[in-house]
Amino acid sequence: MVDSTSISQRINGAVRRFPPGLLYLVAPFPAVWWFYQGATGGLGPEPIKALEHLCGEFALQLLVVGLAVTPLREFTGLNLIRFRRAIGVIAFSYVFLHLCVWLVLDVQILGQIWADILKRPYITIGMVGFVTLLPLAVTSNNLSVRRLGPLRWRRLHRLVYGAVLLGGVHFLMVVKGWQLEPMIYLGVIVILLAARLARRRRNPAT
Amino acid sequence: MAGRWRNDLNWSDVTPREVYLSRRRLMAGVGAAGLGAVAGPALAELGAVPSRYSTDEEPNSFEDITSYNNFYEFGTGKDDPARHAENLTTEPWTVRIDGLVDRPGDYSFEDIVRPVELEERIYRFRCVEAWSMVVPWVGFELADLLERVGVQPSARYVAFETLVRPEEMVGQRYGVLDWPYREGLRLDEAMHPLTILATGLYDEPMPKQNGAPIRLVVPWKYGFKSIKSIVRIALTEEQPPTSWNMSNGREYGFYSNVNPDVSHPRWSQATERKIGGGLFARRFPTRMFNGYGEEVADLYAGMDLAKFY
Repeated sequence: MVDSTSISQRINGAVRRFPPGLLYLVAPFPAVWWFYQGATGGLGPEPIKALEHLCGEFALQLLVVGLAVTPLREFTGLNLIRFRRAIGVIAFSYVFLHLCVWLVLDVQILGQIWADILKRPYITIGMVGFVTLLPLAVTSNNLSVRRLGPLRWRRLHRLVYGAVLLGGVHFLMVVKGWQLEPMIYLGVIVILLAARLARRRRNPAT
Repeated sequence: MAGRWRNDLNWSDVTPREVYLSRRRLMAGVGAAGLGAVAGPALAELGAVPSRYSTDEEPNSFEDITSYNNFYEFGTGKDDPARHAENLTTEPWTVRIDGLVDRPGDYSFEDIVRPVELEERIYRFRCVEAWSMVVPWVGFELADLLERVGVQPSARYVAFETLVRPEEMVGQRYGVLDWPYREGLRLDEAMHPLTILATGLYDEPMPKQNGAPIRLVVPWKYGFKSIKSIVRIALTEEQPPTSWNMSNGREYGFYSNVNPDVSHPRWSQATERKIGGGLFARRFPTRMFNGYGEEVADLYAGMDLAKFY
């Protein structure tokens, strides 16, 4: 235990030197690289679906990382809380990019887009997830925290729990048959959410 | 994934077919003159003859057809079959033909193809996931084989099974589907001249990721009906169970004819996108029976295709 704590503290010390703003600077690189690859044949013969999937999966990964920040601090002492806002905002950007690739490059036809959103449960769920994230993205700034007050702001941002869950279900439903990868994502998401529930039971005040 | 090294050579960089064919012809000439015996190993040329059933649409490249596959026996990613299928042993290969046939038995691949004249059938291929290709298959009509084994009068359906060999087919280590992969056709669909058993494409033996050594191709049905790497064909009286129907009957029917008017719970079937068109490829309308309505619509006269999807 002593060892792991000291490791966490060392990492915390190292990480403190990185300004969170740095994340925004590197965030566009995957998207630019994938788009370049897609345009030059590097994503295989069906680059649209590949790009769509890459953006969506990266967004889900970032959301999971964002969700892991608090349990990590609690169980290992590793403190990444300074980066959480940037992680969340970048995750939202990739969700938005995923949605844009689907709208503009993949489905293309407006009538079909509406039909898809209304008729196909996995798309409905994905859209609800996106809409849930919208107010969080809009209020991800200091001004909004001040205006809403920390309590209300924190309550609003609990919406992310629902959004991540919807994202995981969306991924599970989009694949055909029973595939392992989306089940792993959903499993991790459920564990991370359960960790919060357990903590709230122990300590209902927070 | 990002950062992975990629070969920037394409199949188009390989010696053009006409050139290597004429090179081979030259070698044959040299051999005939008694000077040869140096010809290196080359892909066998199947010598398929053209067919009037071929479309004149532009076939997808060999690279497209062999790098973007749904063959869950090798994994669920589109590039998994191309990466993992090379481990599949296809020689020897035996197909058990049984059920309501006069001459049941284990037929070797060689026995099956020896008497047939291979044809090139350039068909449209429409996946249920709303993408499509044009593929220059090489094969022969399933009806030829069924006639040879003798279909008994009571037979009404044909059932097919794919090989189960998890030690070579890595995707079978997971329960994505209930292995073996199963498919089926009504007997009149199976006997239709458009229905072929394919043993190659681009005049070369079937690549393993495309269902070597022998697979079904039913061009007016969604691609998953065209079962790959077949080891069993059985004639039955009852409609046989089929894999995707067993897995999710609401989404995948037994018939699964390409039908832009019957919407699938996951994908609108009204439009499709041809593979290989790049990042800005447009969708275009899907045609009833994948454009083969003139040939096959009669098979379904009087049937409610929204009910028998």
